Amino acid sequence: MTTAIEINCTTGEITERELTADELAQREADAKAYADQQAADDKAAADKVAAREAVYAKLGLTADEIAALAD
Amino acid sequence: MANTYTLIASNTLSSSASSVTFSSIAATYTDLIIKASARCSTTDHGVNVSFNGAATYDRINIYGNGSSAGSDVVADLLVYGGMNNSSYTANTFSNFEMYAPNYTSSSYKSMSIDTTTENNATANNFTAMVAGLRSVTSAITSITLTPETGSFVQYSTFYLYGIKNS
Repeated sequence: MTTAIEINCTTGEITERELTADELAQREADAKAYADQQAADDKAAADKVAAREAVYAKLGLTADEIAALAD
Repeated sequence: MANTYTLIASNTLSSSASSVTFSSIAATYTDLIIKASARCSTTDHGVNVSFNGAATYDRINIYGNGSSAGSDVVADLLVYGGMNNSSYTANTFSNFEMYAPNYTSSSYKSMSIDTTTENNATANNFTAMVAGLRSVTSAITSITLTPETGSFVQYSTFYLYGIKNS
């Protein structure tokens, strides 16, 4: 579906139209940028967990001790 | 509700739409508020918020989903997450509010957004707070909301309010 809704706040008129080629291209670019950002966020979170687990490993903690720290 | 809080325009989608624009916004208020109840047709939950058709701004985002939390600072993206998508309980919609103060000024335009999903499950919920800045110096005359992919589904609702300081 590529229908755009426009609500004219002065007249109250509501119009529907198909997206232009430029708008479709912008949409695709925005979607890619968003996906890239999500991937970066996920990687940052995974890196944080990995770093924390590396510290635990250096300390020689057991799984139960790590769980106790997280509570 | 304060008598300075005025409904400018609204729309409930009678069918799905890939974007919703409030255009020809008069410069007769001090601030603007959009309240929306929306759901996306795909599994994405990001939404673009554009002022005057401009595609980019800076934002700070904090978010959580019940099991983890995070934040990011992003330039040249205009996306917030937090809209219900097709993976959520059928017929549920997310809540969204955007506040844009001083929208007629010649300064850069700021906005704050709070949003949360609704889901009849313990998992897969999401909430976010967003602070954004758009480097445009003209008055805001149009605001466009666009899902990252797919469309807003039927019965999504959008309300634009004007706030006066007197």
